[in-house]
Amino acid sequence: MRKQTILVVLLVLLAGLSLLSAETKFSFWHIGTADTDKAFFQGVVDEFMKKNPGVTVDVTILENEAFKTKLSTVMQSGNPPDIFHSWGGGVLAEYADAGLLRDISKFTKGTPFGKSMAAGVWGVYAANGKQYGAPHDMGAITFWYNKDLLAKVGYKSFPTDYDDFLNLVKKLRAAGINPIAMGGGDKWPAMHMWSYMALRLGGPQLFQDTFSGKNKKGFSDPTFVKAAQMISDLAKMGAFQEGFLGATYPDEGALMGNGQAAMELMGQWAPNVQTDSSTTKKGIGDKLAAAAFPAIKGGKGKVTEVIGGGNGMAVGKNAPDAAVEFLKFLDNVENNAKYATIAGIIPTVVGAEKGVKDPNAKLVKAIVDQCTFYQLYLDQFLAPAAGGAVNDAVQTMLAGTATPAQACAAIQAAYEASK
Amino acid sequence: MQQLAIHHRPMRKPVSTFLLLTVPALVIFTAFIIIPVFQSILFSLYKWNGLGPLNKFRGLNNFSILFKDPVFTKAMIHTLMIVIISLAVELPIALGFALIIGDNKFKGAVFFRTVFFLPYVISEVITGILWQFIYHPQYGLVRSIWLFFAPESTSPAVLANPDTVLWAIMGVIIWKYFGLHMTLYIAGIQDIPLELKEAARIDGANPVQVFSNITLPLLKGVLSVSILFSILGSIQIFDTVWAMGKGDPVNSAETMVTYLYKFGLQRFQLGYGSAVAVIIFLICLVFSIVYLKLIVREEK
Repeated sequence: MRKQTILVVLLVLLAGLSLLSAETKFSFWHIGTADTDKAFFQGVVDEFMKKNPGVTVDVTILENEAFKTKLSTVMQSGNPPDIFHSWGGGVLAEYADAGLLRDISKFTKGTPFGKSMAAGVWGVYAANGKQYGAPHDMGAITFWYNKDLLAKVGYKSFPTDYDDFLNLVKKLRAAGINPIAMGGGDKWPAMHMWSYMALRLGGPQLFQDTFSGKNKKGFSDPTFVKAAQMISDLAKMGAFQEGFLGATYPDEGALMGNGQAAMELMGQWAPNVQTDSSTTKKGIGDKLAAAAFPAIKGGKGKVTEVIGGGNGMAVGKNAPDAAVEFLKFLDNVENNAKYATIAGIIPTVVGAEKGVKDPNAKLVKAIVDQCTFYQLYLDQFLAPAAGGAVNDAVQTMLAGTATPAQACAAIQAAYEASK
Repeated sequence: MQQLAIHHRPMRKPVSTFLLLTVPALVIFTAFIIIPVFQSILFSLYKWNGLGPLNKFRGLNNFSILFKDPVFTKAMIHTLMIVIISLAVELPIALGFALIIGDNKFKGAVFFRTVFFLPYVISEVITGILWQFIYHPQYGLVRSIWLFFAPESTSPAVLANPDTVLWAIMGVIIWKYFGLHMTLYIAGIQDIPLELKEAARIDGANPVQVFSNITLPLLKGVLSVSILFSILGSIQIFDTVWAMGKGDPVNSAETMVTYLYKFGLQRFQLGYGSAVAVIIFLICLVFSIVYLKLIVREEK
């Protein structure tokens, strides 16, 4: 009898002690695979853990595509990570509808944290009026080009007109230089190009009328079909590198970083990825410059209309308060400014612009600040079923295995089925 | 009277031993295979994104969409092609090597057996990544070799070309799995009593006749197992294909399982994916039943 009582007392004491030490643990998944990004996030984690003893942060780093795969698996198992990378939009909304995210509105509505960023960017990470995450950068897709390679074919600046742009592509190809680096295997880099062509042709109205349902033809509208024809033509004229249909985004970055392609259409993270993917780990340095997607003659779109998106973190349904505190810490002015300097991104936190030092980043920031219309990348804006269909259809446009009309019809069918 | 001091232990009822050995496996099998199969059949009748409640009943709608989708038809055709090529190319290659290496007089037997078996041991994902490097259009081994022999031409980007990607992947599948079948055949060949072959040779049979009249018939057991695994494995192939381009570009290397993953899981359409799973399951089930019946009949 006595032995058993002692055992029970010991067990109770142990349980009590473990409660006292109050170990809080949460998981943090990010996609900063570049050495600079990795170091930044680890630094923030280490500092947070130092300031909050008893809290452990479990960091998982994954490459973009691998992240999407792993995340969808854990989401379907109903066990989301606590703080994880997110591009907001329709994909975030789908997770929210399934009850997989934690509503952090009480941390953001009317609080200093809430006031630290513009309402518009908060909106990208909200659904049904509730806040489910926080952005840390919001940028734009622009052309990133190698000044030296353009100069070789007589171009001192990037074309502002699409016809001139086609001329540049032809000249580059004739000179034996890969005009555009394209990760056609990953599909989404090509989706950006088709989206911009459609935006320049049809203007914001084209997108707005499709999503509101006002234009019943939706993605089968002749403007989208014309854009599909344009990207198909680019592929046929040799605008992309050999094997582009199977190339990954890291391949695209490597081509740019190694100076083997003249340009790529990519987001604000492009310079960082190019540098990290290059064999010298130095990229092309100050030969790199950014430029807006050219205007198309006769098109309704303007050069100030932007397709882009940001990066941020979403909060999983099981996240403890400590995880939300970590998010606030990650997104405070100092860290956001530091991230801007390190990764060349456009920070969302008011006051963090001081960290934007890179001239290209400043250029992209100007494009975003002065934009008259902003469209979130389609494969994140739309639900996963429709977004996947857009990506698949764009690949058929590149490969020429479907006619432009067929490809657009496939998108419209998937879009309607997903609603 | 001396009684034989035989102490009879009560004979253990065979039933309890049987239960002890089979119940753990049966429980795991039921929990992880039988129940999920029935769950899949249930899910296939719904439109479900995998995240919320199961409330959008669609009956057999998923199946009708499935059979109208040209991409699924492509996937089935590609899967069939992989089955056929495995049977027509991979197994004969394995048998050919087995005949050479399995011969008792062959000197390098252990070395070659190991080397040819190695690809099977490498994980499918590593295989995929490895061969993506080999096939890489800018930095790959194939490119270097190609340019050595034809310096002025452009090396083919096999994984990026819709016409070649499936063949490029099939080459890798053959490379990866022939070692397994070869090993099975070697074991089978070495089971054949040497006296039989000697007797045939004394009777004047040439190597081809020895093979077709003695070796091949006596390998029937091993062959039927090997063919079964090859076909089932080909129908269910996923990892290698996925790691070498996810069945793309433009679904040119799509197989039934990559189709399931893409359209079912990635697009958050688990009901639809379950319908694909049910189809694959039925194909494998029907094939297995028919095949095993044929084998049993043969043996009778």
